[in-house]
Amino acid sequence: MNPDLVGRAFAPTAPYLVGREKVREFARAVLATDPQHTDPEAARALGYADVVAPPTFAMVIQDLTLQQLLAEPDSGIALERTIHAEQRFRYTRPIVAGDELTGRLSITGVRAVGKNAMVTSEAEIRDAAGDHVVTATSVLLIGGDE
Amino acid sequence: MTAAELSVGDVVAERTVHLTRESLVRYAGASGDFNPIHYRDDVAARVGLPGVLAHGMLTMGLSVETIVPWLGDAGRILEYGVRFTRPVVVDPENGADVAVTAKVGALDEGVARIDLTVTCADTTVLGKAQVRVRVP
Repeated sequence: MNPDLVGRAFAPTAPYLVGREKVREFARAVLATDPQHTDPEAARALGYADVVAPPTFAMVIQDLTLQQLLAEPDSGIALERTIHAEQRFRYTRPIVAGDELTGRLSITGVRAVGKNAMVTSEAEIRDAAGDHVVTATSVLLIGGDE
Repeated sequence: MTAAELSVGDVVAERTVHLTRESLVRYAGASGDFNPIHYRDDVAARVGLPGVLAHGMLTMGLSVETIVPWLGDAGRILEYGVRFTRPVVVDPENGADVAVTAKVGALDEGVARIDLTVTCADTTVLGKAQVRVRVP
């Protein structure tokens, strides 16, 4: 793992348009039961423009930023030696179908643990207006070279 | 639900969900996480795992969904974090049962901390699974 990744500037990910059927598919996959995730009328009754994504849907956008990290030629990260240790989301508002979202990656910490490294990766997710929606933070345990 | 109706220690929601290999394939497709340790026994065995595992993000996602009907509005969730401490092994025939209990952990100025206890086969699989929610 390369400590120089801390503070490196990454370009925002290409805009991701959140589709209603994608939200329904994701809601079903996490065994969600509440109609706000699947029924536009139920979501509108709560004041949203369309169906509300489950809270962990933000991971779909964060994954795009993690792919950027893995694609860095000097990252020193191999996916098969990577363990997801912690995950956190901080929300300004929920993701709603129709949102066009971009994620901006930053590496906020790299800590050596024996031969391994604990890497904290943050994705700041914003809507088309540039307003903050959610920040997703992953702590990854990266295994060292054998 | 208002802050005045809540006390620390109250169980606000609970459920047990049954996961099968189909659940894992469905989550892989919905999330885009196609790591083969979540659907291939041979790959799981080769990397030294006790079996095919549920995605940590599936466990995290289904756990928080347990409280959404009680909250009434997912927009009340301010923050949600977990540590992935133990794997959920999903047997090809019998699947796995994941039990979630959501309890009020703390109350402060219109914000409740909901602590999730998430177990599979009597083992706690998520650590410090806490949701901060706005309560009017």
